[in-house]
Order: sequence, then C-alpha cells, then structure tokens
Amino acid sequence: MSPPLLPRLLLGLDGQADAIDLRRHLDIHGPLPRLRPEALIDEVERSGLRGRGGADFPAALKLRAVASRRRVSAVVVNGSETEPASLKDHLLLARLPHLVLDGALLAAEAVGAEEVIVKVDESAREAIAALEDAIRERRERELSISLAIGPDGYVTGEESAVIRFLNGRVPKPQFVPPRPFERGYRNRPTLIQNPETLAQIALVARHGEAWYRELGTVADPGSVLVTISGAVAHPGVYELAFGTPMTDLVQAAGGPVEPLRALLFGGYFGTWIGAARAMGLTLAREELNASGCSLGAGVIFALGQSACGLHESARIIGYLAEQSAGQCGPCVHGLAAIAESVAALADGVAHEQERSRVLRWCSEVRGRGACHHPNGAVRFVESALKVFGEDLEDHRRVRCQALPAGLPLGPQTGALIR
Amino acid sequence: MSARERSAEQRTARLRVNPIACEAHGLCAELLPEIIRLDDWGYPIIETDEVPPELLGLARRAADACPTLALILDEDRQR
Repeated sequence: MSPPLLPRLLLGLDGQADAIDLRRHLDIHGPLPRLRPEALIDEVERSGLRGRGGADFPAALKLRAVASRRRVSAVVVNGSETEPASLKDHLLLARLPHLVLDGALLAAEAVGAEEVIVKVDESAREAIAALEDAIRERRERELSISLAIGPDGYVTGEESAVIRFLNGRVPKPQFVPPRPFERGYRNRPTLIQNPETLAQIALVARHGEAWYRELGTVADPGSVLVTISGAVAHPGVYELAFGTPMTDLVQAAGGPVEPLRALLFGGYFGTWIGAARAMGLTLAREELNASGCSLGAGVIFALGQSACGLHESARIIGYLAEQSAGQCGPCVHGLAAIAESVAALADGVAHEQERSRVLRWCSEVRGRGACHHPNGAVRFVESALKVFGEDLEDHRRVRCQALPAGLPLGPQTGALIR
Repeated sequence: MSARERSAEQRTARLRVNPIACEAHGLCAELLPEIIRLDDWGYPIIETDEVPPELLGLARRAADACPTLALILDEDRQR
C-alpha cells in the first residue's frame, strides 16, 4: 500500500502536545541531505514553491536574489505570526521546530549566510521553549543558530520591521527600498523567510520537486497549512493540497456549526466573501484572486448567520487602526477615522453620507503608508461594506441582535490545536 | 532638434513621499497644486505618476522646500 500523500509538514504530530525532538524528527523524515547551493535552488525553483508568509513570492527567486550577493549576513526565520486568526507558524515552531531549522540551514548554505536567526514574539511561549530545546539539540558547528525575541504587535512581523528590530531598533516597518535582500540585518543582504516556506524547502530537499508536485495543481503545486476558525466544529490548523474545494476544507474542520453568512480570507488583512460564493471556490491562487481575495498566510474565518458582519468588522478595523505603527499620517489618521465611521455604521448612528465618505477615505489612504498595513486594512473595510452592505439600512432602523463571533484580537497563546 | 532638447524630452521624473518623514507641513501642495493635494488630515497625495516636463522646475523647488526632506523627486535620464 503506498503511503498517504498527506500529511507532509504535519507528519508525525499524531495529536501529541509535545515538540518532536531531533531523534524522532530524523526517524520521521530521514537525514538532512547536503546539496550544493545551485542544486537546492534549482530544485526549489522546479517545485514551484511560493512563500507562505502572505506575499506569495516564488521562493527560488528570493533565494537567488540573496545568493547572487556577497557577504550575506543571515537567514532570518520570520516566526512573528502576528495575525490573530493565524496559528500555523506557531504550530510549526512549537511542535515541529527541527523541520523549520532544517530548511533554514539548507537556505543558509544556499545563500552563503553566516548565521540563522529565528525571530519570535514574546507571547509565543510554547514556540520559544521548543526552539530553545531544538537549538540546543543541534549544536551546529558550522552555522550558529540563535533566537531573537521581540515585543508583540500586529506590524512587528512585517519583514522590514523584523530587520529593523534585529538591527537593534524599534520593530516598526521601514520605508523600502532597500529591501532586506539588498540591505538587511547588519546592513548586509539577508534572506528572511516564513517558517512554513522553510519547512517546505526541507521536504523538497529530501524528496525532490517531482514529489512536491504530486499534490496540488500544476499552477499551485504542493500542500499548504490553513488556519480555519469561527463557526466550524473543529477550528484549527489543517494541511491541505492546493486546489482543494472550500467545502472539503470546511468539512475537514468538522463542518459549519450553523449556516454561514460569509468567510474572511487572508486574515484581518484580507477580504470578506459571501458564504454562497465562498463555498464554491477552491484553494487556488488564480481563482481566489479572480474573486477578489487571497489565502494570505493561509487564514480563513467563518462567520455564522447568528453573528453580525458589521460589528465584527468594526472590531477588526478598530484593532487594525490601533495597531498602526504610528509612523505615517495617512495610516494613523485615516485608519482611526475609518474605524470610527465603521463603528458608527455598525451601530446604525452614522449620517447619510458616511458610507461614501469611508469609501473615499479607503481609496485615498491606500498605498500611502510605508508598509502594507493601511492597504490591507482598507481592502478589508471595502469588502465588509460590500458583503454586509444590506445590513447598513437594517442597522439604522433596528438595533442589532447578533451574538459576538469570538474573533480574537491579539496574540493567541495556549490555543494550539491539532 | 538640438541635443539638449532631445535629452529634455527623454527625461522622466517621479515625485514620491517618504511617509515616515512627512509631517504634513503642506509646503509641497502650496508650491505644486497642479500635482499635489492634501488629504483630510493635511498629508500629501501625489496625483500623477510622472511629472510633466513643464512642471519639473517647480517640482524640484517643492522637493527642496520640504522641511523634513520627505518629498523625493526621482529623475532618470533614459538612454
């Protein structure tokens, strides 16, 4: 009987609550192969692997961009998973740290980096403990692996913010260019990658690009970790093949606990899609883009009909406004004003022109910050007004009776579910 | 066409704002209202991607006048 195609990344977890140690890791996955830099990058390129941090950039292109430069300082594992509705990086770092470290070491060798730095947030206590143990177990002779722990905050996981923090300054986004691959840690070329991307690289190095492509589709090969939460019976992190229908994903998570109103794709940074349309989609990049959304870092939240999309959206944009780094006028002022207006719209106390004023602000704020925070926030608001638009009139006439949907605001420690 | 006229035609220039450095002093919008307007909070919106050649001089003045050097004029000469 041939082995199952899934799980891949999550292989060996088996519902255990402890981190997989080095010996078990090697039992499950076999030894870490040593590949020449060109060979690794070629294999990753042929696999079609794309970054899993939300930007969806081809992994091999990033590797090449750094590998082509001299005096590369470090490979940074960006473990700052600051999207409250996302848990997959926490899961990887807290339970499967060796797979991530494998990928980081392979990448370091491929780009000629001097060291590996794993950056995490101080609230990620399980991940910190697991990484400290894992790093101690490896005791690399050639490459140093260290842990950098930073403060929590939605924007601290942004690439330029991570680099700025590692350079000893505030964990706030910087005005780019230059990007980390040009000038990053210690002002030298730096490869900064999402933990899931590195874990996938560790598997591609072992099993090859043809194996990687056995799952998924031609356009979107491989598997992906998705965090699904909200009105489903078993919220959590699931590993699925690209191209999987949304209905299958929701079923894997135990099915909806009540009829669904809408789904939020891509996290708080993302887009609402009405339930009927959303459930007809598959986890395929082009199809999602054509519907105006993306998976982002693999985050999906299901809103039930008993909840209120406007009020949940008001909570989220309030959070996003509050989480602004505070560096750019359009973001600080724009998101605060938008958040106040959305709250008024949700409470049914806004004036007649409020909706069009919010939409004007959204289009004016877009693209005018140093990072993508305001862009994600306004995209989110625009989708909320579109999908829940019919509620606006209702809310003016009648007080909303909906129940809170339990959307988390802030880091979710101790919430790891498998 | 003279060599100087030809090279002026080929020059492209873009105005952009470093949003971290910008403190909404508003001088840029005063000097170059043809291209820059202020949003509801006093921060500049650059209306066009490329600066037309006849406004290039004003654009340079606006970039020089910015108290925080947040307004950046990128001038490339195409070969």
